Amino acid sequence: MVSFTSTEDQQLLISTINRYAVNDVRKVAHEADEASTPASDVVDTGWQIGLVPSAIPEELGGLGEMSALTGVLAAEELAFGDLSVALHVMTPALLAYPVALYGTAEQRETLLPLCLEAEVAPVTAALLEPGIFFDPYELKTTASQHEGKIHLNGEKAYVPLAEDARWILVYAHDSETSKVEAFIVDKSMSGVEIEKREQLMGLRALPTYRLRFNDVALDASAKLGGSVGIDYEKLLNRQRVALAAMAVGVARASFEYARDYAKQRVQFGKPIAQNQAIAFMLAEMAIEIDSTRLMAWEAAYKLDKGEDATKEAYLAKQYADNMVLKVTDSGVQILGGYGFIREYPVERWLRNGRGFPTFHGLAIV
Amino acid sequence: MTISFDIPEHIQQQGQIIKWLAETTMRPFARELDENEHERPTVFIEQLWPILRDQQKSTLDKLQRAEVPTEGGEKKPKRPSTRMVGLLVQIEMLSWGDAGIYLCMPSASLGGAAIESVGTTEQKIRFLSRFAEGDKPVWGAMAITEPGAGSDNSAMSTTAVFDEETNEWVINGEKIFITSGKLALEESNGLVIVWATVNKAAGRAGIKSFVVEAGTPGVSIGKVEIKHGIRTSDTAALVFNNARIPADNVLGSAEVQASKDSKSFQGAMATFDASRPLVAASTLGVGRAALEFLKEKLAENGVEIPYGQPYHKLTAVQRDVMGMESQLHAAYLLTLRSVAMMDEGLHNSLEASMAKVKAGKVVTEVAQKAVGLLGALGYSREWLVEKWMRDAKIGDIYEGTGQINTLVVARRILGYSRHELA
Repeated sequence: MVSFTSTEDQQLLISTINRYAVNDVRKVAHEADEASTPASDVVDTGWQIGLVPSAIPEELGGLGEMSALTGVLAAEELAFGDLSVALHVMTPALLAYPVALYGTAEQRETLLPLCLEAEVAPVTAALLEPGIFFDPYELKTTASQHEGKIHLNGEKAYVPLAEDARWILVYAHDSETSKVEAFIVDKSMSGVEIEKREQLMGLRALPTYRLRFNDVALDASAKLGGSVGIDYEKLLNRQRVALAAMAVGVARASFEYARDYAKQRVQFGKPIAQNQAIAFMLAEMAIEIDSTRLMAWEAAYKLDKGEDATKEAYLAKQYADNMVLKVTDSGVQILGGYGFIREYPVERWLRNGRGFPTFHGLAIV
Repeated sequence: MTISFDIPEHIQQQGQIIKWLAETTMRPFARELDENEHERPTVFIEQLWPILRDQQKSTLDKLQRAEVPTEGGEKKPKRPSTRMVGLLVQIEMLSWGDAGIYLCMPSASLGGAAIESVGTTEQKIRFLSRFAEGDKPVWGAMAITEPGAGSDNSAMSTTAVFDEETNEWVINGEKIFITSGKLALEESNGLVIVWATVNKAAGRAGIKSFVVEAGTPGVSIGKVEIKHGIRTSDTAALVFNNARIPADNVLGSAEVQASKDSKSFQGAMATFDASRPLVAASTLGVGRAALEFLKEKLAENGVEIPYGQPYHKLTAVQRDVMGMESQLHAAYLLTLRSVAMMDEGLHNSLEASMAKVKAGKVVTEVAQKAVGLLGALGYSREWLVEKWMRDAKIGDIYEGTGQINTLVVARRILGYSRHELA
């Protein structure tokens, strides 16, 4: 039975996040972006909505609700508030969800209770690597076995909140299996080096870091999922749909702002929205946003059903990358000169929107 | 409710039956019929008529049973409808077979939809019975467009004047671009819904729809069009020269309401909420035919589509195909949403127009790109892909051009009337 109406629980969750996005996040987003500093109080409030804690399995104190579909609904709404805040609030999921899905009993018991605290859990993950041609299937970071230890070597980029993290989930090419596996790294270990906080075009309120692993010697128990390992493709798909949904949120923010602006901005004696040139841009934006949302929903729906969603998730992400750039660019264009002024949020949304093709592994549902 | 993308099993099965029908009664004849424009797809029509006739009969039987009040009748709880989703799947698949042949389906079609949505029970039975009986196929049609009234159909000048002496409406004017117009009035005992004004000064409020049956004196077939694509579809002009029809052949109220936008015009426009997604569905079928064919030929030549690979590892052709595929899928999902909303009883005007805009644009581009990527053979009439490109284009034109549907979307998202955003 086909339907596009979410459950009452989902609707309740979305309206909670929407209130948070509009009443809390929007008020601080500009200042945080200008200062390149997270608005910690607002981030904590977002964390306390409890998205990540509710995904923790019941036997460990959570609610055991890890639905990709609910996740994309939430991700859109969070990103509608602000992308930096959205990624910040959801950063612990980058470690928690893979651990909940594939972790051994010991890994789950050690790490997941951290996500039940009142503050953003000090955990993150590292997938992306520096360089212009990143291929998630051919990671340059390696994990090789030597005398009972796993030796981690390589460089990672865009690792959110690494400075404050205690645990980092590092994706690396496992020389034993020739597959990508994930490794749980205690940041205080010798050989883990935070090179620098990165300076990016957007995401300025989200501290991200360049990391280096210099022959970090891990115990065998650091490999996520033990000898079984992870289902990397599925994790990539959960990342793809999360990012696609966040792209929808950013695009929708820009669209709604530009729509309202166009209705009140008067030139030649009438609101500019009464010109087809502007109205048609807005119509196109709305159609493309809805298209992308439906693609993200469908991919998430397939993930929840346990079906292979690679094609859907991949195409949704690709589509979202193009869409969000086009829509946020139109947002700036509709505001004209004001669009270029930083006091108006549309230029921030364009800077944030441009990053999506690059944001590998920065969000997960 | 809960969000779901599951097409019910029985609808999927119907889709498979239609696929077989498309492969046996449509594809083998597609080229020949395209080359011989005004020939009829007789194999398809003969296959379809008994099926569609019996479907129509069961609908009418249900209607008649509903007229008789049931004893102590506790009504069965109504199951959620899947009717529109079913139509989407069927029409998409038929058009995957051949869009021009699909349009020759012997049924009440758009005319039937209008009677279903605004007709009285008596009118439904009187007009639709012909589509539910007999060995000879019957067609219905809808006549709105005029030489001077395209997207702006409120500018129509065909008139209907009531003759009190004979208790008849007298219709005068010319209608063009009528799908299956000749099939309905000249080649079968069908009917056409004709939109005409009873009071030009009243504007939209004066526009009513009338049922004109085959054999009505004063109605003649004008020009039968020769077209870029969907050549098998019958596209005719109708000329009304003092055509007289009974008083009760008017659909809805004959009164001209005082308000500016009358209910009956809005009611007539509301049929677009159903028809636009279904036209989008038909267009999508053409797009899928072209894309599937392209991927098949590419695979034969060693080009696979590696979903998941990073952008820098894809060839230009792979990028093109992925782009076509996601665009087409986006259009499909918009269309699926607009029909599912209708099944749920939700208002879907905005979503219907969104689907129509997207499908028309995307399928046109996908089919054009397919011809391009297939090179010398893509452009050749040896293959059907050049035909699909011509068939695709109409999807961005009929049932409201891409532009007029974009205008509908724009008005809705901005909360503007047609006066505020012209």
